[in-house]
Amino acid sequence: MTTNTRAASYTTGSNHTPTIQFPAEHAHRSNGLPDVPNAIIECTNVNVYYNDFRAVTGVDLAFGSKEITALIGPSGCGKSTLLRSLNRMNDLIDGARVEGTVTFQGEDIYHKEVDAIEVRRRIGMVFQKPNPFPKSIYDNIAYGPRVIGMKASNMDDLVEEALTRAALWTEVKDKLKQSAFGLSGGQQQRLCIARTIAVKPDVILMDEPCSSLDPIATSRIEDLMYELREDYTIIIVTHNMQQAARVADRTAFFTALASEESGDRTGLLVEFDRTKKIFESPADQRTEDYISGRFG
Amino acid sequence: MTLLTTGLGAHIRSASIRGKVQGGEHSARSVLFLIALWLCLFVAFGVLLTLIITTLIDGSSRLDSRLVTEYPASAPERAGFRPAILGSIWVIGVTAVLTIPLGVAAAVHLEEFADRTKWFNRVIELNVQNLAAVPSIVYGLLALGFLALLGVQNKNIVIGGALALGLLVLPVIIISTREALRAVPLEIRQGSLALGATPLQTVWRQTLPASIPGIATGAILGLSRALGEAAPLLILGALVFVSFDPNGLLSGYTTMPIQIFNWTSRPQAEFHELASAGSILLLLILLAMNGLAIFIRNRYQQRW
Repeated sequence: MTTNTRAASYTTGSNHTPTIQFPAEHAHRSNGLPDVPNAIIECTNVNVYYNDFRAVTGVDLAFGSKEITALIGPSGCGKSTLLRSLNRMNDLIDGARVEGTVTFQGEDIYHKEVDAIEVRRRIGMVFQKPNPFPKSIYDNIAYGPRVIGMKASNMDDLVEEALTRAALWTEVKDKLKQSAFGLSGGQQQRLCIARTIAVKPDVILMDEPCSSLDPIATSRIEDLMYELREDYTIIIVTHNMQQAARVADRTAFFTALASEESGDRTGLLVEFDRTKKIFESPADQRTEDYISGRFG
Repeated sequence: MTLLTTGLGAHIRSASIRGKVQGGEHSARSVLFLIALWLCLFVAFGVLLTLIITTLIDGSSRLDSRLVTEYPASAPERAGFRPAILGSIWVIGVTAVLTIPLGVAAAVHLEEFADRTKWFNRVIELNVQNLAAVPSIVYGLLALGFLALLGVQNKNIVIGGALALGLLVLPVIIISTREALRAVPLEIRQGSLALGATPLQTVWRQTLPASIPGIATGAILGLSRALGEAAPLLILGALVFVSFDPNGLLSGYTTMPIQIFNWTSRPQAEFHELASAGSILLLLILLAMNGLAIFIRNRYQQRW
């Protein structure tokens, strides 16, 4: 059902080094999206540029609602770039430009009548490095609801709910007025997740959320993601393949390809499928090489 | 161990690491250089110390309450700095009110919103940086011209002085605010925007509050520079005999540096003592302002 037939077309025979021949027709592909039932975000032929440099080429992807989708791949394969283009965080980078269509609940998020602010309210983001605001724990959570003018009858309840959902409430309930900077790295990251769910988004993007955390803190975040999956769609970029295998329902494997003429590297989607399939019987040789640790 | 025995070992010398290295910390050249550095420091510090000590000696006899309560008078024993102190407070206060909001707003625009690829933004940036180095008397001339253009006859008014000093302080405030804004990590802005905050909310609720200590420090240092300025106010005609308390924006005034300048040019030695005492007072105020700036920086500055 979800077997990705497109993935096979990216393979060029037995040649599976990272610098294989650049498939020239690929940039213009616009054939069918991967078969993901109940998709909430869909990318069709997405190219992301930084000025003249094309960081991501021709991505067709769909993210299932209330699923965890992992984006994996070696450094420079454009997975973080793609992630940031899903809630228009790329708008903040000078010279960044997205071609193709990204739809959220069927609407093109790059349409000129769409406000990026509204997109980000619906699609929240957790960053690589925990980035709590220089405020109290309470104010970190209350900030989002306040700025978007959420009608919260009781802010205290909202803060408690968000912190409870982020599995942080018992640890911080006695020091809500203290600075968020006093928390450990793992707690700070859970605070950032709590802050994101306080504005009740539909989708949470996570850009390597555990890369600066120790294994125990990482496992707590993973447990948390699994619980949040009941209500939220989560898209996570990770360098950690075990993490993808543990938490994700579906996994997209990206690689970096060097163009033959210019030598510029660009990110390319190699294979997208159920996580189990990706890790147990990948269709593409490059996926298998990557997950078995032969490159990247 | 295996590394040492295979190949690498051949390059490791067995000699002790003790002893002096040629050109090291204790070589003749290093010591000579160190002495030269100390000498430079001593000259600079010595001059300053001499100046402060002679001023202290000269002015100590007049350091009493009359210094701050009395009005200027033709008899030095009855004269004091009262209107000059009040004038300084008025002018610097108005300068602060005029320039801090304007300077902060300009800095926020340049740092957070202006498109740096546009030529006019780059021109403005270059100009702000250059304005900080313009001699203060030029600002006095500018304010004079501006007041004349408005048809103001009596240019020795508080708002006129504040205008000249404001031009002087504005670049300092803009530059220090921009630096304070730049010190706020990008992650904070991104975190705010990712929650659905608008760029304006992000500036207003995150970036600007986080940079208040830096802005306050810059503003205080800028204003303390203005407090010691005499040249632009002299151009505007502030070198006048003021025997009343300034009481408004259009009130006549004199300031402490001008009163000091006034009295040092008198022949009587008593007036010179009075000027020295005034200098000490001005130094103390400046020291207090700089101290406050350092305190704010150390106490409230956010370490990211």
